[in-house]
Amino acid sequence: MNTKSMKKYFPIFVIPTMLAFTIGFIVPFVYGIFLSFCKFTTVTDWTWTGLKNYSRIFFVNGVLDTTFLHSIWYTALFTVVSMLVINLIAFAIAMLLTKGIRGTNLFRTVFFMPNLIGGIVLSYIWLMIFNAVLQNFSKTIVSTQWYAFWGMIIVVCWQQIGYMMIIYIAGIQNVPGDLIEAAKIDGANSAQRLRYVIIPMLMPTISTCTFLTLTNGFKLFDQNLALTGGNPGKLSQLLALNIYDTMYGTTGWQGVGQAKAVIFFILVAIIAIAQNKLTTSKEVK
Amino acid sequence: MAKQSEQISAARRSKHGGILTVFFTLLSVAWIAPIIIVALNSFKRKAYIFRNPFGISAASLADGFDRWKAGVSKAMCGWMNYTNGLKTTHFFSCFGYSLFITVGSVLAIVLFCSMCAWYITRVQNKVTKAIYLLCLFSMIVPFQMVMFTLSKFANMLHLANPVGIIVVYLGFGAGLAVFMFSGFVRSISIEIEEAALIDGCTPLQTFFLVIFPILKPTTVTIAILEAMWVWNDYLLPSLVLNVNKYRTIPIAVQYLKQSHGQIDWGAMMAVLVMAIIPIIIFYLLCQKYIIEGVVAGAVKG
Repeated sequence: MNTKSMKKYFPIFVIPTMLAFTIGFIVPFVYGIFLSFCKFTTVTDWTWTGLKNYSRIFFVNGVLDTTFLHSIWYTALFTVVSMLVINLIAFAIAMLLTKGIRGTNLFRTVFFMPNLIGGIVLSYIWLMIFNAVLQNFSKTIVSTQWYAFWGMIIVVCWQQIGYMMIIYIAGIQNVPGDLIEAAKIDGANSAQRLRYVIIPMLMPTISTCTFLTLTNGFKLFDQNLALTGGNPGKLSQLLALNIYDTMYGTTGWQGVGQAKAVIFFILVAIIAIAQNKLTTSKEVK
Repeated sequence: MAKQSEQISAARRSKHGGILTVFFTLLSVAWIAPIIIVALNSFKRKAYIFRNPFGISAASLADGFDRWKAGVSKAMCGWMNYTNGLKTTHFFSCFGYSLFITVGSVLAIVLFCSMCAWYITRVQNKVTKAIYLLCLFSMIVPFQMVMFTLSKFANMLHLANPVGIIVVYLGFGAGLAVFMFSGFVRSISIEIEEAALIDGCTPLQTFFLVIFPILKPTTVTIAILEAMWVWNDYLLPSLVLNVNKYRTIPIAVQYLKQSHGQIDWGAMMAVLVMAIIPIIIFYLLCQKYIIEGVVAGAVKG
């Protein structure tokens, strides 16, 4: 294409998006990293403090503060458990719903529906149900951090199983029928066909779904805020809510919140890059 | 002989199919039960929502049918929760803001990002390459990283209103949209565009008359993914918008919980039902596109 004649169209095609992208992403991101080394209450009144914010995440007045560390492992555990449960159930449902049974379309429609309802609305639906059930045992969803944990697991399962199921169904339908036929003729039973034909063929789909559930779990915020609010104490705070609480919950801690956000970003980036490396190395084979 | 065994396996499959259909019917009912329970409770008096969450009467059926029937009218309160919920949340204006922001953001994202993606894919130089990499990079940055600075800047630039927030959504949503559009543009053969240019089209005409129609499947996918995100988003609008003036539906629901944690469960049930109904209608109307969009988005993202 004639690049010269295109050049003068750069402002029309690219500038609107780039202007918004600069306001909505580039400047806040760069300035956010800068502010994590400052003490501030708004974006104009900063004073440079070096690494003090980062040390205040873990040490307050020389005493070890484990809130953030607790939040990290609580989030890690939540992410792994939700990933496993969602993917196993979604995969099982997808396998059964590709057998051509009566009502498949209706079931698919029903299972997917909760996904369209946002995290806040979803969580209040379940908050009512959890507390209605638990009141019989004189408990609430925030009685302990483990009630909160499993409550959030149930909510994200209800929300995401349908979504992952749709992706798995598309993947399973793309497995060539002759391949399964050939395995059948060679005498493979249904468990063997699953293990040696279907699952290897589905590897790209599986890695997509694990990646999606992994990042969804790690970045979960709305459900955490609406369902438990981090209670009891701050014990059920996932990382995103912990950062939000640090930033807006107490004055004078904005810098620490921003520093936590930088760490959070680095953790998310590591997961994304590791997943990407893993997927590409599998695709080469 | 072969035919016979085929018949047997077909019979077994259909028998299996019957059991599975029953199993999935039960599972489906369980799946939508939470929504039905909320809908039921939205017509109950506040006090009875937790006293008898899964029934509809103040009295047990074991006490005799007449008492149970009297209990029903005692527990039910008609549309009272709805009028309460509408009044405290100003639900209709919240719905209006949610709709305006979602439609505006999706249109802006689809239009500007497709233009940007086409340009940076077709004109290859250092600047366009850098833009592409920046968009790719922005996809892995969590919102918490930018939430403080973004909301303060938006405020300084007078973007803390339903029109301004569209700019913010365009900016924060651009990464994924540009990335997906670029992927699709690369699969369009360049001859089509060259033919249009030789016929005397300007790049703008080429884009809107030739390229944009070809991009339609990707446009639908991106529009659906972004609409699901913007409509349900809570944190970004709650930080960027002036929440005393403008509330979207998720903000209205969250603010029903008062600062000391008290919740008017009657109003809450009604508002939840009103929040869910438009989503279900939209879903049933556009189901095909939504499901296709989700699949296409997952494969490319």
